Amino acid sequence: MNMLKRTPLFELYAKYGGKTVDFGGWELPVQFSSILEEHHAVRNNAGLFDVSHMGEVLIKGPDAEKVIQYLCTNDSASMQKNQAIYTAMCYPSGGIVDDLLIYKIEEHEYLLVINASNIDKDVDWIVSQAKGDVTIENQSDRIAQLALQGPKAEAILQKLTSSDLSGITFFHFRQDVDIAGVKTLVSRTGYTGEDGFELYVDALDACTLWEKILEAGKEEGVLPCGLGARDTLRFEARLPLYGQELDKDISPLEAGIGFAVKVAKEEDFIGKEALVRQKQEGVSRKIVGIEMVGRGIPRNGYSVYASGSSEEDEAIGYITSGTQSPTLKKNLGLALIQTDFASVGTQVEVEVRGKRVEAITVKTPFYKR
Amino acid sequence: MSQTVSSFLYSKEHEWVEIIKGNLVKIGITDFAQNQLGDIVFVELPQEGEEITANESMGTVESVKAVSEIFSPVSGKVTQMNGDLEDTPEIINSEPYGQGWMVTVELNNPDELKELMTAEQYSAFVEEE
Repeated sequence: MNMLKRTPLFELYAKYGGKTVDFGGWELPVQFSSILEEHHAVRNNAGLFDVSHMGEVLIKGPDAEKVIQYLCTNDSASMQKNQAIYTAMCYPSGGIVDDLLIYKIEEHEYLLVINASNIDKDVDWIVSQAKGDVTIENQSDRIAQLALQGPKAEAILQKLTSSDLSGITFFHFRQDVDIAGVKTLVSRTGYTGEDGFELYVDALDACTLWEKILEAGKEEGVLPCGLGARDTLRFEARLPLYGQELDKDISPLEAGIGFAVKVAKEEDFIGKEALVRQKQEGVSRKIVGIEMVGRGIPRNGYSVYASGSSEEDEAIGYITSGTQSPTLKKNLGLALIQTDFASVGTQVEVEVRGKRVEAITVKTPFYKR
Repeated sequence: MSQTVSSFLYSKEHEWVEIIKGNLVKIGITDFAQNQLGDIVFVELPQEGEEITANESMGTVESVKAVSEIFSPVSGKVTQMNGDLEDTPEIINSEPYGQGWMVTVELNNPDELKELMTAEQYSAFVEEE
């Protein structure tokens, strides 16, 4: 019996050659053509992703802003309607419940976009912490999400709408845009390090929109893309992944998303005390970029040691994500290591299947457009 | 549909064996295996002179996403290692049975070949996977 969850686009995967895998309980395409081809398509042209597995939670009511301010580390006070911000949602310990996008739909209405594997946990957390006059609706099954990413994303999408997309600036969105006859929330956001859009539609319209975009983008070389390329793209751009760079035991300051923590904001928020303390005292470990000098690819969970350390010495940290960067052709990793070893240019060693291999800490993001 | 070469032998771990002459064989991974792995970006192989043992790991092959062990289908001494794969591991994707070969091995126990599958048996095995 197949218990894996499927998105509304599942029925189309086979048509485009999608090879599916179990991704946190979801049956999702890891690739359609090849991870490398899809990766390069997004960097050079455009790629279309099904990200419908992501969760959407609508919070509305007179106290919606208050609830969001209390739940999230970023400051939503100055948000305008049709603006989005990236934030962390923390436990009192400062560990991360999830990272998410907040969309301000109306004055008292916000849409939170959360990670697929965290939907149940997040909704329980939000409901348990929310106070005041708000309603909280989990709309994850009703809303589908497509991501069109790459330098040609705007040109492709523009063919399908009369709405001037160039007017949507980074981290802003427009509601009820007619894209090929489909009512769409068009957001200039994404998780690949490229320009592009995230498109929110009714689940029933997802297949139509997917096919129309691929048809419209043929000339520009758009490719349907899977999770494999999504991971290499977000990795090169140093965008963190929950469960790897982010976790209940990792704080946003350690994870390098301190920009989304506004300890000076007026309202109290969950985790504030712990995060203020971390800011004052400094964090004892943080995420850094690692480049292999010797032969080997760093992978999630591999231990990192100080250069020249002996067998008895303890690891100074571990790799959170790693692969061979398709754009840079280097074997790169992100590692959560002791701050003493975190400055750029520090020699370290990564244990690759029992063998210590020379590496060096490097600047991130590895790739910037 | 994955390809096979009719004169080769195959292991359940998706390696192929070509008998070159006498006790000398050549080893690589199958078309099915390379296809499952996706874009191959790195390989680690045993060096010349190294002894390898049937059904034990003799190296690794890494795709963009994952690391996989290469299990030796036979026991013996490595007589040659395909050094080209260090710089161009992607040949395994394009030519798994040709330029993408991995090592040649002098067999210790030629009887081990009897444990391997024919191309026909391997195709049926893969169908069931």
